[in-house]
Amino acid sequence: MSTTHDPYREPAAAPAGQTTWEEVQSSGEFQAMRRSFRRFVFPMTVAFLVWYFLYVLLAAYATDFFATPVFGNVNVGILFGLGQFVSTAAITIAYVRWANRSMDAKAAEIGAKVRLTEEGHR
Amino acid sequence: MNALPMTAAASGQVGSPLVNISIFLLFVAVTLVVVIRASRNTKTAADYYAAGRSFTGPQNGTAIAGDYLSAASFLGIAGAIAVNGYDGFLYSIGFLVAWLVALLLVAEQLRNTGKFTMADVLSFRLRQGPVRVAAATTTLAVSFFYLLAQMAGAGGLVALLLNIQSQAGQSLVIAVVGALMIVYVLVGGMKGTTWVQIIKATLLIAGAGVMTVWVLALADFNLSTLLGDAVEAAGNPQLLEPMQQYGASNLTKLNFISLALALVLGTAGLPHVLMRFYTVPTAKEARRSVVWAISLIGLFYLFTLVLGFGAMAYVGQETILAAPGGVNSAAPLLAFELGGVLLLGVISAVAFATILAVVAGLTITAAASFAHDIYASVIKKGVGDPEAEVKIARRTVIVIGVVSILGGIAANGQNIAFLVALAFAIAASANLPTILYSLFWKRFNTRGALFSMWGGLISCIVLIALSPTVSGAETSMIPGADFDVFPLANPGIVSIPLAFLLGWVGTITSKPDENHDRKQAEMEVRSLTGAGAEKATVH
Repeated sequence: MSTTHDPYREPAAAPAGQTTWEEVQSSGEFQAMRRSFRRFVFPMTVAFLVWYFLYVLLAAYATDFFATPVFGNVNVGILFGLGQFVSTAAITIAYVRWANRSMDAKAAEIGAKVRLTEEGHR
Repeated sequence: MNALPMTAAASGQVGSPLVNISIFLLFVAVTLVVVIRASRNTKTAADYYAAGRSFTGPQNGTAIAGDYLSAASFLGIAGAIAVNGYDGFLYSIGFLVAWLVALLLVAEQLRNTGKFTMADVLSFRLRQGPVRVAAATTTLAVSFFYLLAQMAGAGGLVALLLNIQSQAGQSLVIAVVGALMIVYVLVGGMKGTTWVQIIKATLLIAGAGVMTVWVLALADFNLSTLLGDAVEAAGNPQLLEPMQQYGASNLTKLNFISLALALVLGTAGLPHVLMRFYTVPTAKEARRSVVWAISLIGLFYLFTLVLGFGAMAYVGQETILAAPGGVNSAAPLLAFELGGVLLLGVISAVAFATILAVVAGLTITAAASFAHDIYASVIKKGVGDPEAEVKIARRTVIVIGVVSILGGIAANGQNIAFLVALAFAIAASANLPTILYSLFWKRFNTRGALFSMWGGLISCIVLIALSPTVSGAETSMIPGADFDVFPLANPGIVSIPLAFLLGWVGTITSKPDENHDRKQAEMEVRSLTGAGAEKATVH
């Protein structure tokens, strides 16, 4: 397959002008896709890390709060811990639904354009 | 340090060694047949390292769970909960939440950009030679510590299950485990190894599931009753609260936070986990793999919570601590308590299988990294013969196998969870910053990567060497010496921010690499769209 060069070797000499990749990268379509990707994953990453470290810090420094019984022998700490399982599951589901809906079609479309542009260059 | 309480030898006999060994041999026989069948189509490098990229998301996700749920997860966490109560639970939460980093930021983009190893992605738009050498070194370092943990775990387990008390006998068993692993990896390559992982993960999760339902049945399917029974048996209601293990002082709490940081950031930098994403055909399948992995791993950690408190309630802390293998024997002892000789045999075989499979996964990763990144890309400059590369990989497997057998014998009796946490700290410091920078920061360059990787790796190892784990305390590896100038056993809280900082400093103090914009454009477009990604091989 010669539509893309092998990135694992140093290129012999850089061709003049913009490469296909640079053209695609600067296209509005790709920029929009990149923006929507980052808008989803970056806040999500911040959110779960803050929630995780909140849990860790509470466990370390608010032991009395974590020891508060809620029902029977189940205390706040156990519920917070199980809450991390729930939030992990929720974020996973949210991401997969979003990515299946918003990313895959666009990725395929832009991928097809890369091949077309590449042929146009030849 | 020898953590195995040999004095318990007289009362140490649990179950029937004959049953244990028979069930284990049955597992070995079945998996060997699978490995040999799977290997028939292994011809090219893509077959050997990446299983021809032919696995589906669910299959690979199960294999990832197999790779990830090591002896530390099964024996270590269940034991930690049984002995330390709530604090053991904190480990499983870090190990689980960490998967979100892999899911959101790393897995799909890695699949789209790379070929066989972690270094493929790290060196994509940077200078190949030095970056590959650094990435291969960190891969070998992480794999080595992880391997030591598994092999050390094998020794303790053997003491309990086969009632082999002598050091020589345990060493022999470690050697047998290592030799079996070499056979799996040599014969089966990535495809065989993946099937071993799938079988093992299924058995492990099913076994833990049966035990969990059993324990819950004893507690009338009421979590509160189980927790009550557990702390009553232990005679300490505070075991349901955090910081029984880590709460002694502000320093121990800081140590705990450092551990939590390494756990959550380490997973997405573990080379043997990253390499698994190359065994699927597309980014979408990589995404499905992670979803399967998260589901199975999350479920399993919920099981270990029940098993840990179950062992506390129905086996008892004193019995666990007095058993050969100590803390790590909680899960097998619980199996014996519940289902007698047969369930103990099954669970022990599963635990052995766990160690064997994880060791095989680590070995193929380390061998691939050496053969692909150092031999083929640096020594042969990428123009060597791919067949010769696979040959080198196979030879490397033998070398790593022998080294890990010797290391495992030396580390026999060390704390498994600690050694694994060390591997996570190195992965989070030496690998993750460079992975994230090269995917998300346009300006990032070769010097930044080298600063971050070498700085992260070296600072991590130096801090460990200067910690109370190595010297200065009664429980140290070298109790006589005293050079513990760094007070924390877990280095992550220093080495991880340092590695991120070094990556930034190295980058802004040097010029962009040659063809920087072109390669960055190619990497970014490929990573997000999958254009030009490695396809599955068709046989």
